[in-house]
Amino acid sequence: MQNNIFYLLPHSKLPLLISILGTEKFEIIGPQSIDGSIVYEKIENVDQLPWGILDYQWPGIYRLENTDINKAFIFTNGPQALKPYLFRAQELLFEVEKKENKNNKKKLNFIPAKEEAPKLAFIGARACDLAAMAIQDKIFLADTHLDIYYRSRRENLFIIAVNCIRSSANCFCASTGDGPKVTKLYDILMTEIEENFVVQVGTDNGKRIIDQLELSHALPEHIKEADEYVEQAGLQQTKKLPDTNLRNLLFSNLNHPRWNDVAKRCLSCTNCTQVCPTCFCHSSLEQAILDGTKSGHYRVWDSCFTCGHSYIHGRVIRDDTRKRYRQWLTHKLGSWYDQFGTSGCVGCGRCITWCPVGIDITEETYAIYDNQNNDKEIIKEIIK
Amino acid sequence: MNSATKPKIAVHKFSSCDGCQLSFLNTGEDLITLSKLVDIVHFAEAGILSPNEKVDIAFIEGSMTTSEEVERIHKIRENSKYLIAIGACATAGGIQALRNFSNSNVEKWKNKIYERPETINSLPTSTPVSAHVNVDLEIWGCPPSSSQIYTTIRCYLSGVTADIPQDALCLHCKRKNIVCVLVAKGLNCMGPVTKTGCGVLCPSKDRECYNCFGPAENINCLSLGKRFQELDLSNEEISRRFLLINNSAPAFKKWGEYFKKMAHKENII
Repeated sequence: MQNNIFYLLPHSKLPLLISILGTEKFEIIGPQSIDGSIVYEKIENVDQLPWGILDYQWPGIYRLENTDINKAFIFTNGPQALKPYLFRAQELLFEVEKKENKNNKKKLNFIPAKEEAPKLAFIGARACDLAAMAIQDKIFLADTHLDIYYRSRRENLFIIAVNCIRSSANCFCASTGDGPKVTKLYDILMTEIEENFVVQVGTDNGKRIIDQLELSHALPEHIKEADEYVEQAGLQQTKKLPDTNLRNLLFSNLNHPRWNDVAKRCLSCTNCTQVCPTCFCHSSLEQAILDGTKSGHYRVWDSCFTCGHSYIHGRVIRDDTRKRYRQWLTHKLGSWYDQFGTSGCVGCGRCITWCPVGIDITEETYAIYDNQNNDKEIIKEIIK
Repeated sequence: MNSATKPKIAVHKFSSCDGCQLSFLNTGEDLITLSKLVDIVHFAEAGILSPNEKVDIAFIEGSMTTSEEVERIHKIRENSKYLIAIGACATAGGIQALRNFSNSNVEKWKNKIYERPETINSLPTSTPVSAHVNVDLEIWGCPPSSSQIYTTIRCYLSGVTADIPQDALCLHCKRKNIVCVLVAKGLNCMGPVTKTGCGVLCPSKDRECYNCFGPAENINCLSLGKRFQELDLSNEEISRRFLLINNSAPAFKKWGEYFKKMAHKENII
């Protein structure tokens, strides 16, 4: 359900929302200012929210500023949001135990990990985060290879989304069509205006919570104020991706000199892929206890920038940075369409900010777009 | 398992601070479990001495800085099925390999520093084990991680080779949800060129990585060095970031010397 009722939630009633979520046995995750960044961690009261904190982002640089602006969600984003709560950075999948039976025969017992997930209320998911979650849903909830652990966490997730009222210098969600306005996948949606939030509900669960707050309806001027803030956030964005078929562009420029150029700057350090809210590559890790009677099989975040990622039967296929960066970009903006029917980029700008040397995905794509060495034969092949 | 069938291991010390041997010993209950799985036949720090015994695995701590050590490492190689170098000294020559950069000034220093320099018999260089004998596996770090050492032994007992990650520290930092100190604070963190394995010790304590685990695979020291220039580090300072504990690891040596040369040029101008 998604309806057109707009409620007005005063800042002063935010503590009540938190306590209702607590009563409903939700573990509450919200944004906080930790270690010089906005980090989503467990919160217990509204004072922990980043009131008045502005983030400034440039390629390879992230800084916070404390202001006396009376808003909790005036920041844009931090390195992570929803992804680590759904697709865990390290997750036990199964354990193996070595047992001896009555006839002294050794046997291996495989014990799958339990699919237990706490009820989680996530406050502050943005349009890009939800667009990315929709993409990860396609990956982890596909019928053909359903991930039961992701599913149980996803089913227990209650989303309080927040519309962006500001964009950073690295945001480009308007150009990918994923933001700044939240349009889907929320239980509750809030837009922060002066002293209040304009609130909408997206699900019955969301409505049930909001009903308990006994809110009045927002007035047209509140709704107008909220719309203007969000519109303004979109207009603030200066970065964009080329408005073209990016898949064909990149695959017809596989030998473009720009790949060599970016390889000179790229550290192959994996940061872009780790902060990307859609990147889903992982590897497995076997951890045996010392006496060898038990072993845990873990799934851990991996990256197409590691040698292990393309290590196949005795050799590393992508043995240099040029090949690795090209793999990342052509997958993200190109073959992602073939795999999932969508782009793998939601315009959050995290890969630009958290790249230690500030490599900019939009700049790299434009460098190829503006100086294409299209191979007609290759294009024919791709379009087929 | 009775003692006759238990694999034998030895832990040998060369030029080093003994810290790697402590990584071996500081494991609590696991040390007791280990003693049931293997026969530790030689381990000076633990008080067990039988340096010439034939063993399944010899762990080597320390670098080669005297002719006696060079001779000894060859003997150990002959006596060992597997030879595993542990720690920055054994894998890269250690902090003492800074002497390698001094164009044989070692003799001069010796005479200045020691009362009886004639009693000191040291080579002009400090070199890793791999410069002298074939090494089966290297476990980097200053000190190396106890968990990597024990995992290696477990893997040997199970008949497989341990997989020591060669990825950059950044991968681990992100997995642990630690905010990047380079991007958010402008610290000159060596994480992007440093092998993971420490458990992200420094960045998780709000400090920059200083590369004690040596170079990761497929690194770009020039690009990181240029980033440090933007962070207002002088070329001399950048050079020192590379020429520290793993100064003689080939990648760090090359780029440390590169930035040193740049600094030198500036001084001339």
